[in-house]
Amino acid sequence: MILNVEKVKKSFDGFVAVNGVSLAIKKGEICSIIGPNGAGKTTLFNLITGHLPANEGKLVFKGIDITHLPPHQICRLGMGRSFQRTNIFPRLTVFQNIQAAVLVHLGKSFNFFQPVDSFFREETQAIIEKVGLKEYGETVSGSLSYGFQKQLELGIALASEPELLLLDEPTAGMSAKETHQTMELIGRITREKGLTLLFTEHDMEVVFSISERIMVLHQGRLIAEGSPEEVRSNSDVQKIYLGETR
Amino acid sequence: MMLKPNWFLILLILLLALLPLSESRFYIFLGTDILIMGLFAVSLNLLLGYTGLVSFGQAAYFGIGAYTCALLMKKAAVVFPVAFVAAAFMGMIGALIIGFFCIRLTKIYFSMLTLAFSQIVWAIVFKWNSLTGGDTGLIGINFPKYLDSSTRFYYFTLAVVVISFYFLRKVVDSPFGRILATIRENPERTEFIGINVKRFQLIAFMVSGFFAGISGALFGIFNHSLFPDLLYWPMSAEVLIMSILGGMYSFFGPVVGAAVILYLRMLVTSYTQYWPLIMGTILALLLFFFPGGIVGFLKSQRPFAGGKR
Repeated sequence: MILNVEKVKKSFDGFVAVNGVSLAIKKGEICSIIGPNGAGKTTLFNLITGHLPANEGKLVFKGIDITHLPPHQICRLGMGRSFQRTNIFPRLTVFQNIQAAVLVHLGKSFNFFQPVDSFFREETQAIIEKVGLKEYGETVSGSLSYGFQKQLELGIALASEPELLLLDEPTAGMSAKETHQTMELIGRITREKGLTLLFTEHDMEVVFSISERIMVLHQGRLIAEGSPEEVRSNSDVQKIYLGETR
Repeated sequence: MMLKPNWFLILLILLLALLPLSESRFYIFLGTDILIMGLFAVSLNLLLGYTGLVSFGQAAYFGIGAYTCALLMKKAAVVFPVAFVAAAFMGMIGALIIGFFCIRLTKIYFSMLTLAFSQIVWAIVFKWNSLTGGDTGLIGINFPKYLDSSTRFYYFTLAVVVISFYFLRKVVDSPFGRILATIRENPERTEFIGINVKRFQLIAFMVSGFFAGISGALFGIFNHSLFPDLLYWPMSAEVLIMSILGGMYSFFGPVVGAAVILYLRMLVTSYTQYWPLIMGTILALLLFFFPGGIVGFLKSQRPFAGGKR
């Protein structure tokens, strides 16, 4: 198991967002967490990455207890993440965005006197190409289209060479075409690098096409999990999704 | 790309080195003042423009530097070079202590706390009569003979400021400096590329305090006397205005801001006593019409021309 979540609980001012969730992710698995809005998906992610402290429960990553570690230490253990609302360095170029993550990963962030521009050009370029932004290296990232910014964010996460990648709604706000391209990209990179992938998504087509295992979160609780077929035929899941009108 | 600004810089330094040949006391005085305040403003801008920390208490490290240098010489008979270096390190230590608490807060609360701490330092200097002379100030500091002409002191200041800028420029162009920029852009994301954001912010504070201390020590010699006023909050506000006016996303922007404000003030106060009114008007106009001002900073989501500088 690469990640063990044991009975974690998180409440905000009395509202229980995550209510005793336990789950385990195997190395190399592609898993997704689905659930209606407000089910607690993003909160669960924030608990796993250390952005929020859990009220109860335990989190173990690669055999290390990460329950009380700050995000930067969890990241350094080999966890990468993208955020639901795009999270890049908007006034820096695409190259600089990725290079910053490479610098940290390869332990050069405490260098005070050498020109930064000369560091890890090839490594950075390789990642830029991998996420399909080859022509945009010198573009100021804040001026990229929304879809490209999401791709850049994926690149930032990959630059740390994570073993476990958490993607929070990687295709949120994308057109059907962009969604298709992005998921293809994510799937290809995940397989190439043998990554473990955990993602949330509201687009059911995406979820069922790529996931090996699906977990269903509802009102802060895990109510079902299994292969896409099992989840599709689960009566509780059907009730939730049929009951929810969009 | 690298050569062009370098030639420009060399030319500028040469011009500055030739300034005393004008034999104008006015320009030597103004030049010294601009160099000192320019260094002070650039030290602030390491926090403001590079790390995204709106520090409202920069006068504290400036004042600590000024008083350290002067007091060591006057009360402890320490030789000038040692006292001068000590001023820089005391500025750094002051920034370490104040920064340690301030980085625990964010945004407006952070700024208010930096202000609160600088006012505490001011109050200590103001009330500690036996050491600092309190409100009457510290007068008659015996600075070394070899700096006792305005031309010599100008050259000394020029050398110190150029060397300081050289180091600061290296730092902001280094990987460390780039990480500071990512913190400015997005601290949350920076945390999750594996950076201990608070530690980097604290180091930025220390570097900033170090050079603010140097500029303060220079200012003390320049004035031949010290008053608690140079730690009072309008001093912090003034250097903040210099940085913002000149452009906080550019390395030399704050120096330009210092030059404009000091020159205008000298010009205007010889005609009218309404300098604050004119300064306020200029500030308001510049903030509206120049995108590098406060408005540009708050709207940092919008793409900015050139990611580099």
